[in-house]
Amino acid sequence: MKMPRDRLIRYSPLDRANHWTMAMVFVLLALSGLAFFHPAFFFLSHTLGGPVWARILHPFLGVVLVLLFYAMAARHVRRNLLGENDVQWVRQIGDVLDNRDEKLPPIGKYNPGQKLVYWALVVSIAVLLISGVIMWRPWFAGYFPIPLIRFASLLHAVSAFVAIVTIVVHVYAAIWVKGSIRSMTRGWVTRAWARHHHGLWAREQEEAQHREQQP
Amino acid sequence: MDNSQNIIARSATTTTPPQVRGHVDEVAKLIDVSKCIGCKACQVACMEWNDLRDDVGECHGTYDNPTDLTSESWTVMRFSEYETQEGNLEWLIRKDGCMHCAEPGCLTACPAPGAIVQYANGIVDFDSNHCIGCGYCITGCPFDIPRISPKDQKSYKCTLCSDRVNAGVEPACVKTCPTNCIEFGTKKDMLARAEKRVGDLKELGFRDAGIYDPAGVGGTHVMYVLHHANDPNRYSGLPKDPRISPLVGAWKGATKPIMSAIIGITAFAGVIHYMTKGPKEEPEEHVQEDAPPPHSLGYDATRPRGEDR
Repeated sequence: MKMPRDRLIRYSPLDRANHWTMAMVFVLLALSGLAFFHPAFFFLSHTLGGPVWARILHPFLGVVLVLLFYAMAARHVRRNLLGENDVQWVRQIGDVLDNRDEKLPPIGKYNPGQKLVYWALVVSIAVLLISGVIMWRPWFAGYFPIPLIRFASLLHAVSAFVAIVTIVVHVYAAIWVKGSIRSMTRGWVTRAWARHHHGLWAREQEEAQHREQQP
Repeated sequence: MDNSQNIIARSATTTTPPQVRGHVDEVAKLIDVSKCIGCKACQVACMEWNDLRDDVGECHGTYDNPTDLTSESWTVMRFSEYETQEGNLEWLIRKDGCMHCAEPGCLTACPAPGAIVQYANGIVDFDSNHCIGCGYCITGCPFDIPRISPKDQKSYKCTLCSDRVNAGVEPACVKTCPTNCIEFGTKKDMLARAEKRVGDLKELGFRDAGIYDPAGVGGTHVMYVLHHANDPNRYSGLPKDPRISPLVGAWKGATKPIMSAIIGITAFAGVIHYMTKGPKEEPEEHVQEDAPPPHSLGYDATRPRGEDR
């Protein structure tokens, strides 16, 4: 399909499919995990077909999330390292929150907030995997000493908390910044959107297109 | 579950459990280790009353049989050969099983509402019908007692024969013990009896004799009389100062309401931000004449580029 001239591709079909699969898996994991975390959320265990099924399925879903997430994360490491103007952007976080975007410096494909989401999830999902395996009954927990299982249980709860808060922020940011949900459902953004929110990335994309058009 | 009206604690429950029948004396099982002959009649009685038939194991060169608690062996005699500093051998035999803590780590850790209950008489009981098989009770227990059954993935342990006690009779192990090493009654009576026995043992020369009723878990409803109460560890690893691990305390204590609240507050902050500051609207394709100076973007965003339009 030919992309209209006023649009830029931001996420490939594979990225989008992976993202929304992860989104569904993450929601199921968070709901079933919260059910074991606090009695107030116990009713959420029914989203996986009742508390016993939630206990059985939660760790397997966790493994699915780990595979999808790191397959995605590995391909985006470079774009999530500290980039040009990132420090200045963070200094002007007040302007970001107050929607005074015209005062912000141009930044790359991901802004520092998005990079923070990336690294928070890279770390918390790794901790969730390791601690989760140590707690996993009936398959693995029996191979670990009980004091280690206690430590893993605490770590699992804390890192799940970090991941859930991160995803709440991520979802809100998508609702807040109009045009970004469409970029993840349809894959494209307008050139004006790219220039406004990710000036360096827009310039890079436009220059690449320009070079392609030269004989 | 045999008594649903005098429950003083219920797992994963933040409201008061049914406890109208609360005028109940606390009970206790007293195990006088100094009188135990290691006959294992208590193990047999436990299997018989509770209709449990564990697999026949193998001899590992000791009298321990089975060698550990299982989901179908709720009590096990543990034999330890202890050499004293004077070179004497002491054969210490301890009946292991649930201690029925006043502050049960299993109940604290359990995420399934009602799967673990504590009755007003002090018995900590597993309602296996509500068990989800997560094993958190094993993580929470300071004595390493609960076991998950490989058959149904439910957790099991000694019930202190709550069904018998509820009907006014003593636990099966107590009834069968041929030396009266195991006794049962109100906790008050059992403590008095234990003190008397400790006095006798001291007269016999066991200067360190004492009662094992560890305060770290609020006391227990299964108590031991030990000839060496100063070193319970020599009785096959009985912990000297058991308590609910601080890790379990943090995992199941303050972190739960605090982290739950922060998740809620974060989502709420998003709603308030959206209502007060509004969204970042999709930028216009054709930039207005009165747009702010474009130099801060690093390039002129207001002027359409030649190659684009």
